Parts: sequence; structure tokens; C-alpha cells
Amino acid sequence: MARRLILSGNDAAAEAMRQIDPDVVAAFPITPQTELMHKFAEFVADGDVKAEFVLVESEHSAMSATVGASAAGARAMTATSANGLALMWEIVYIAASMRLPIVMPVINRALSGPINIHCDHSDTMGCRDSSWIQLYSESAQEAYDNVLQAIKIAEHPDVLLPVMVTFDGFIISHTAEVLEVLEDDEARKWAGEYTAKYSLLNTDDPVTFGPLDLQDYYFEHKRQQVEAMKNARGVIREVGAAYGKLSGRSYDLIESYRLEDADTALVALGSTAGTTKVVIDELREAGRKVGLLKLRAFRPFPGEEIKAALAGVKTVGVLDRAVSFGAPGGPLEKEIKAALYGGEQTVGNFVYGLGGRDMSMGDIKSVFDELDAISAGKQSVDEPRFVGVRG
Amino acid sequence: MSDKAWTEIPMAGIIEEAGNAQTYETGSWRTYRPVWDSGKCIHCLSCWIACPDSSILVKDGKMTGIDLEHCKGCGICAFECPDKITAIEMKLETDIADD
Repeated sequence: MARRLILSGNDAAAEAMRQIDPDVVAAFPITPQTELMHKFAEFVADGDVKAEFVLVESEHSAMSATVGASAAGARAMTATSANGLALMWEIVYIAASMRLPIVMPVINRALSGPINIHCDHSDTMGCRDSSWIQLYSESAQEAYDNVLQAIKIAEHPDVLLPVMVTFDGFIISHTAEVLEVLEDDEARKWAGEYTAKYSLLNTDDPVTFGPLDLQDYYFEHKRQQVEAMKNARGVIREVGAAYGKLSGRSYDLIESYRLEDADTALVALGSTAGTTKVVIDELREAGRKVGLLKLRAFRPFPGEEIKAALAGVKTVGVLDRAVSFGAPGGPLEKEIKAALYGGEQTVGNFVYGLGGRDMSMGDIKSVFDELDAISAGKQSVDEPRFVGVRG
Repeated sequence: MSDKAWTEIPMAGIIEEAGNAQTYETGSWRTYRPVWDSGKCIHCLSCWIACPDSSILVKDGKMTGIDLEHCKGCGICAFECPDKITAIEMKLETDIADD
């Protein structure tokens, strides 16, 4: 029996962490992640979890402590946002290359500067090549569900890569929402016991972690990471289906919304996907054939699935909540275009919502209007457009 | 050693075997080779204490030679060898090869 609760995204992710009760959690506070760890610290103080909670002096240390705990064989977690993630940077790569199945909620926030605490995806898009799996969440419900699934994906023997579960700062992290959570015993059974393949604490079978790896083998180890990321595609789907049986909410790499007969479609990540669905319903009422492709997994990138889902669409608009400065388009658009290479679709790029600038229903509707103008040949798609920027 | 495929090695550079640095030969890095004169050696073992690569071979409390598969030729052994003894002399590897 599931329970229905009213929780913010941060509290929903903390609730999932309470139910998982990882062995070690190391964290440093940063807006908008703070409430998540605040809530988890409360669980620790109240004795609701047995986790070893390590208060560290920076995010570099938070990720370092998490790496150490994970290498020791613990189920280890942390969470961060924006500049905190940037300060972790060095160890973010090391966690992945040491193949440690760490799970880290990242509450999306704009990277400084100028300093800003609100949502965009510049933080997680910046580490898209770090070999972390990235699952984007549309709602607090998805944030909760993704954290529970992330441990199963990360710890799968064919994967053994860390997972970032992202959700939009303030828009999801601080907004109360009705959601369903599993009963504790169901969640604990789902999480199960984690037994690490290697452990620094196993003195009966000692191993060396993180040795020097030069011209002779570094390349081979990177090739292994490529394969693990490839394997993650199937594992994410398997775990999503198994979670569906348990909770009634199944998950895949992507989600199609009213795409079957759509001429025009938007591609989006995170909370904007939810707003877009409402706009699509309204435009459908008015007879327009519009749809949405939501990416849940950005890493691994589900190129084949995207190509199949957008096969019948004529004009595609890609919503990027990050800028790739100096690049021809946003980080999402470039990869969507690559996935559709050789296809008939026209692809337009719309950069939006930087620094938490609101993406209203009206804004999304105007993007659909622009896509219609592009379809009619009245506008070009040579340059990205900047939704709602003045001037 | 450097010929295994990516499918044949442990992930992440993990070394599954304990103490296998012993099988990793670093002797080829050497520019100078310590040449030991067993006739002059008084077996004080100053070199054995100082060698950073554990390359002084000792049996029953007496020096028996130098492990040239691991010695990197730093010369500490020759420096530590008592001035009146000088049982270890550093020689250029290229000169030895020429001999």
C-alpha cells in the first residue's frame, strides 16, 4: 500500500534516502539543496536512519568522503547544486572512473556568475562528459522515484557507475506536491543489501584502488566506462519496468507525450516538460498537432529511441536550459540533431529560463508558434533563439 | 604486461593481487648502475637501510647483491657505503653496455 503525502522535491528525495538508509552520507549545504540535507540530518538526529552522516567543510570534501566510503564497500550518497557541484568537479570524475555506484541528487541551479541561486541546467550539463548517469526529474514524484531507482541502476554489476538524479531548483525542490511514496518495508526490500564487488575494508582479499594508470592501460579503462554507460541503457529500462510493477509508475529512458500524430514537437528536460504537457493539451483542443518528447536519461543519451519517437514529426524545437558558449547550439540540441542526422526533420533551438527566468505557458505557446513559422518557411533555424530575453 | 584487452582487465585500474609491485620491473629507468664489489663489502648493511626501492639483496645478515630489476640507480647505496670501504660504485649504464 502506497502512502500519499504532500512533500517538496527536497523532502521527497530525503524521504527516498530515509527509506534506502545508505551506510554513509557526506554533505555540505548549498541553496537549493540545503533543505534536502536538512531533512536527512533530522532523520539522523531522530534515529530514523542508521546512516553515518559526515558533515564536511566543502563539496570537494563531500564527494571525497563519499568516494572513500564507497570504495570501502558502503552504499554512499551525497547531494549538491551548482557551485557545489563545480567545487566537487575533480572528484566527480574520480568517482565515475573508480566505478563507484554513488547516488547524488543534484538540485539544478545556475552556475555563477553573476551569482544566482535559481534554476537552470548549466551545472549538470557541464558534467555531461564525466561518466555519471544523469536522470532528470519532472516533478517531486519523479525525484523520489528516480532516487530509489538510481541505486539499483548504479549498483548493477553491468553498470557500476554513479548516478545524478537532477531536479529543478526551487521549481521542484521547494514546491509542495502531492505524491505517492512506498511503504518503508517495500522500499527497504526494493533497496536490498548492497554488497560491493571490491572493498578496501576486506582484508581477506586486499585490492588496490586508484593506482597510477599511464599509457599502457588508461585507454582500456576508459573503453570499459564507455561499455558500462552503454549497458546502463538496458539496465535503466529494466529497473524502470521493475519499479513500475512495485509502484504502478513505470519509467523508460524517454517519455513521449501525444507524439503519435504530431507534426510539431518540443524536446525538454525537467519541470518544463510538465508545463509543456499542459500547453500541448490546450493546443490540441484548438486542433494543433503538437507533442512532447521528454528525456529522462540524458546520460546515457538514448539516441535511437529519440530517433524512433520523432520519426513522424516534421518540426522539432529543442528547449535548452543551458548555454554552450561558442557552440552552434545548446547542449541538448546538438545531441538531438546528431540523433536525427539524415532524417527529414527541421530542428530549431530555444534557450530558455537561465538563472531561473520563468518559462510560462505563454512562453511555451510562443515557441510552438515560432515552430509553425519555421515549418512555413517564414523563419530560419540557423541560430538558437533566446526565449523571453529582452532586447 | 601491457598487452591485455579492455575486456580482460579489472575495472577502474583496480589491482586484485596484493603486493604485486614486486613483479613490476622498474630497472629499465636506470641511468647509473650500482656495481657492487663483494670483496670490499663489510656487510654493514647501511645501503640496505637506505635503499628506497628495497633493492639490496640480503641473506642471513649478509649482502648478496643488488636487485637490478627494481633498482632505479639513485646512487644512495654508493653514497651511504662507508668512505673507507666504497664497495659500491655508480657506473653509466651506457658504459657498461659498451664493455
